[in-house]
Amino acid sequence: MSMTTSSLPRTIGAHAVLLTYTVIALLPVIIVIVNSFKSRAAIFGAPLAPPTPKTFDLIGYTTVIGQGDFIHYFQNSLVVTVASLFFVLLFGAMAAFALSEYRFRGNSLMGLYLALGIMIPIRLATVAILQLMVMSGLVNTLTALILVYTAQGLPLAVFILSEFMKQVSDDLKNAGRIDGLSEYTIFFRLVLPLVRPSMATVAVFTMIPIWNDLWFPLILAPSEETKTVTLGAQLFLGQFVTNWNAILAALSLAIMPVLILYVIFSRQLIRGITSGAVK
Amino acid sequence: MAAAPKRPFRWHIGVFLAPAVLVYTAIMILPLAGTLQLSLFRNIDQAQVFVGLANFRTLFGDPNWSLGFWNALRNNVWFFIIHMLVQNPIGVLLAALLSSPRLRFSAFYRTAIFVPTILSFVIVGFAWKLILSPLWGVAPNLMDLVGLKSLFTPWLGKEQYALTTLSLISVWQFVGIPMMLIYAALLSIPEEVIEAAECDGITGMSQFWKIKLPLILPSIGIISILTFVGNFNAFDLIYTAQGALAGPNYSTDILGTFLYRAFFGFQLQIGDPNMGAAIATMMFLIILGGVCVYLFLVQTRLRRYQF
Repeated sequence: MSMTTSSLPRTIGAHAVLLTYTVIALLPVIIVIVNSFKSRAAIFGAPLAPPTPKTFDLIGYTTVIGQGDFIHYFQNSLVVTVASLFFVLLFGAMAAFALSEYRFRGNSLMGLYLALGIMIPIRLATVAILQLMVMSGLVNTLTALILVYTAQGLPLAVFILSEFMKQVSDDLKNAGRIDGLSEYTIFFRLVLPLVRPSMATVAVFTMIPIWNDLWFPLILAPSEETKTVTLGAQLFLGQFVTNWNAILAALSLAIMPVLILYVIFSRQLIRGITSGAVK
Repeated sequence: MAAAPKRPFRWHIGVFLAPAVLVYTAIMILPLAGTLQLSLFRNIDQAQVFVGLANFRTLFGDPNWSLGFWNALRNNVWFFIIHMLVQNPIGVLLAALLSSPRLRFSAFYRTAIFVPTILSFVIVGFAWKLILSPLWGVAPNLMDLVGLKSLFTPWLGKEQYALTTLSLISVWQFVGIPMMLIYAALLSIPEEVIEAAECDGITGMSQFWKIKLPLILPSIGIISILTFVGNFNAFDLIYTAQGALAGPNYSTDILGTFLYRAFFGFQLQIGDPNMGAAIATMMFLIILGGVCVYLFLVQTRLRRYQF
């Protein structure tokens, strides 16, 4: 262990800076959520005050739930995110295993080819992707989004996972081979469980941009049936520009599921992100 | 190197690689190539005709297009500069503070500061639009608390401030990412290195500048290039906060919104996939240029330390 005893003023300074930034990070979110529970007069009269029994009002929420089809949008987002995540993790891990485990001709070239997509955003291919989806009749389907997000997530997944798979002990895999396990069994039964923490890292990095993406739902699947929650919220907020109760309630409804999930899983998520270091 | 012994063809390698390579090639690489190709064509009488670089001559020669393009590029560069000057230093500072040994509540700080990063642009854009709105008065009220109320103006509505304000909102949202990556890099510095530094009497600030900073430079390099790619590809925040027209008076127009308008059209202008492809090609070249600068000039000069 390090033997430094950090001096008291320095500790206080560190807490002051971190606390200040925490306030900056959370205050806007808190202001929106708190005001969504207040009456219109209170929203404007005392925007920074918490709701009191006198100013408490759910009018915004009743408007939003009465009008928007949020449950449906939410389902679409969930389907798209979970399915893309599944394919990214499965295909990504398989490719990463092939690249890190076997030496074959063209190995590093293949690695470079797959890594290209980390730096070149898929958004630049939109014009031709839309043509492709129109030709194959996939416009306004969730399949189109799942395909695009799978392709988008794969490069980073392969890159991160192959780094981690290189660290899995060779002895273990060779012992498996001597016991007559097939290469597939070695991958699914020995290697995959061992790289689970790094899968969490990849899952976080893959999931957040997919859930929050506005560009591809706007272009590939803008129909009422296939709207994701991000696109739905965008259009919905546009309609209610003057109804502040409804806007604040809609924003809070969009924030809260993500926030609740995040609070529940934040320990795992953050461990996943820093697991490269902590191991 | 000795030649590998002759082995039966290893099908499993193909099986492991195939799904990823197929999806990636079909949905990303081929459309990317297709987009680059489309930029050389033009739709004349319902048919795609090869026109060479004519679309690019329009983009740079026709003032209707070139003024918009240069404006978007200039704004995008400013957007990137703000991120580099504000987001990354704050990220490094927060990570350095978080990684100090025996800091209490560090898990709480980490979790809280990362919250904006998980929210979507739509939420962030709208929430800030409301907060900065002069109608609501949250921002002036808050500024009153620190005695700066006189400085308040409707930032998002003024040409000279709107872009900087949006850049700072984006910084607010994404500061968690450099913070986490640097934090991970700082944790991976072995104890022995720190102890050795302490034996030599290097502690506190000078320990950070002389020992830790050089060791995390590769991470800072990666963050810079990720920021570059992300910024030159940004769209959602501007679209949410200011609409496709990137107002006021195009002052927040960046390449992403410019591409969207060219591709889909807006108001009186008709959407043009070929001009959209030409703009996407320019964005591709800019990003590729940035990545090459990073790979060949920056990364090769950064020393990596293996422990």
